[in-house]
Amino acid sequence: MAENIAITWRRIPERYRLAGSQCMTCHAKFFPPRKLCPTCRRKGKIESCAFSGKGKIFSLSEVHSAPAGLELEIPYVLAIVQLAEGPKLTTQLVDCREKDVKVGAAVEVVFRRIRSDDPEGLLHYGYKFRLVK
Amino acid sequence: MTKFGEDWKRGFRDLILEAGKKALEDSNLHGAEIDGLFAGTMAPGPLIGQEHAGALLADWMGLNPIASTRVEAACASGGVALRQGFMAVASGLHDCVVEGGVEKMTDVSGPDVVSALGGAGDQEWELFPGATFPAIYALAARRHMLDYGTTEEQMASVAVKNHLNGSKNKYAQFQSPITIETVMKSKMVASPLKVFDCSPVTDGAAALVLMPLDKARAHTDTPIEIAASAQASDTLALHDRKSLTELNATKVAAKKAYEMAKVGAKDIDIAEVHDCFTIAEVMAIEDLGFFKKGQGGPASEKGQTALNADISVNTSGGLKACGHPVGATGIKQAVEVTWQLRGQANGRQVDGAEIGLTHNVGGSGATAVVHIMKRVN
Ligand SMILES: CC(C)(COP(=O)(O)OP(=O)(O)OC[C@H]1O[C@@H](n2cnc3c(N)ncnc32)[C@H](O)[C@@H]1OP(=O)(O)O)[C@@H](O)C(=O)NCCC(=O)NCCS
Ligand SMILES: [Zn+2]
Repeated sequence: MAENIAITWRRIPERYRLAGSQCMTCHAKFFPPRKLCPTCRRKGKIESCAFSGKGKIFSLSEVHSAPAGLELEIPYVLAIVQLAEGPKLTTQLVDCREKDVKVGAAVEVVFRRIRSDDPEGLLHYGYKFRLVK
Repeated sequence: MTKFGEDWKRGFRDLILEAGKKALEDSNLHGAEIDGLFAGTMAPGPLIGQEHAGALLADWMGLNPIASTRVEAACASGGVALRQGFMAVASGLHDCVVEGGVEKMTDVSGPDVVSALGGAGDQEWELFPGATFPAIYALAARRHMLDYGTTEEQMASVAVKNHLNGSKNKYAQFQSPITIETVMKSKMVASPLKVFDCSPVTDGAAALVLMPLDKARAHTDTPIEIAASAQASDTLALHDRKSLTELNATKVAAKKAYEMAKVGAKDIDIAEVHDCFTIAEVMAIEDLGFFKKGQGGPASEKGQTALNADISVNTSGGLKACGHPVGATGIKQAVEVTWQLRGQANGRQVDGAEIGLTHNVGGSGATAVVHIMKRVN
């Protein structure tokens, strides 16, 4: 789905810097940041936090059938990465094919172009991950 | 229900009208007796540019001015609509409700369908970074293979069984049997899932009628009782769950449904489960309690879920072979179970089916709805 400038602008802290949040009551960390802790609800006290960008591959798949806008990217490796601080996220792994990577491998965040809406449209940037050498 | 498939000649309205007419004929009912309509449809906005489907359907089915409500819960829209109708009748507020489910998916291009279906997941945090629906289930499948040793061949055996059942169902989108090789050699979609591990893109509609049991007896000699209806939720994004290999919403809904119907997993003769991908059926037959966690793959491979085996799973051909017009699926599952319980499933009848279950999932498991249906004697 194409995004307008306001949507993209609103998400810059999370997409560019992995900005997250944590519940000071139960110490759970959230990415993307939640404004309500699902465990403590109104008793939770939410503060912002940052993630180191280090993590491990939790699961992965090589995508061969593209969604609209990513036709030129296929095949690409999609993964669920578990951050060192606990939360998991869905992301692309760069500079690799599926045969080069394994579940459990250490990865780190990189800043990349995610997609462009159309030739004249917005370019969207954000996080992807790569293997730690 | 309508024949499921790619139906270029007919639109949204034609499909639901045919299904609705057939349901009324089957129930010996006049339109004037109907006082409510619930319709499951997931994405008429992106797929045909139409919202306000509740009003549209009452209008085109000639049912104005009855209350008509569209229900949306991604691929579980039909099952959740069924539950809304069940509650409306059980509460006494409605006496005779039509349940419809419909999706017209082939009026837009392939990538546009993929994007519309993506709306069932987390648009901002799964789809935007590059996930597709097959890829989300592929992430679950990969983990299931690692944690339990499930193999691609075991998953393929689900598709083989469902295509065989579909070959006996004149309403199914795919009516040709396939082999393990067909699946293994089909094009990769999102590894380890291949085209034949996926449900297809489908046009179709299904409908049925709900009323209190005593009233239903006046219309038919073979009423089917809904003995339980239960629903549960989970995180929208797959990655937010502790485990990728079980659907907690399915487990919770199933437990409540078994309690409500006072039966156990062992009592179920037939089940229509949500096999949007082969791995989804493997997980469903585990989470519903038919097999232990991790045994869904081997059980499928050994034929324990085939027609008239230990438990007959997806006698209609499931989403895989019968097709998956998303909003219609939950209603179609209940239609198939009704036919089976009445002994009308020509060519694929399960002997002595008394108790049936339907299991409908939205997205990657953020919504699950389970119904248990019984023959009444
Ligand atoms: C699997 C999928 C990507 C295939 O799409 P595609 O590659 O564009 O396939 P096409 O429409 O070009 O069809 C090519 C051929 O494969 C067949 N085909 C398509 N999907 C199929 C499927 N799932 N199973 C078996 N055969 C299939 C078609 O009938 C067609 O056959 P033909 O050449 O004999 O006419 C698509 O069906 C899909 O996205 N499925 C998932 C739907 C989904 O996510 N549903 C929601 C679940 S929650
Ligand atoms: Zn908390």
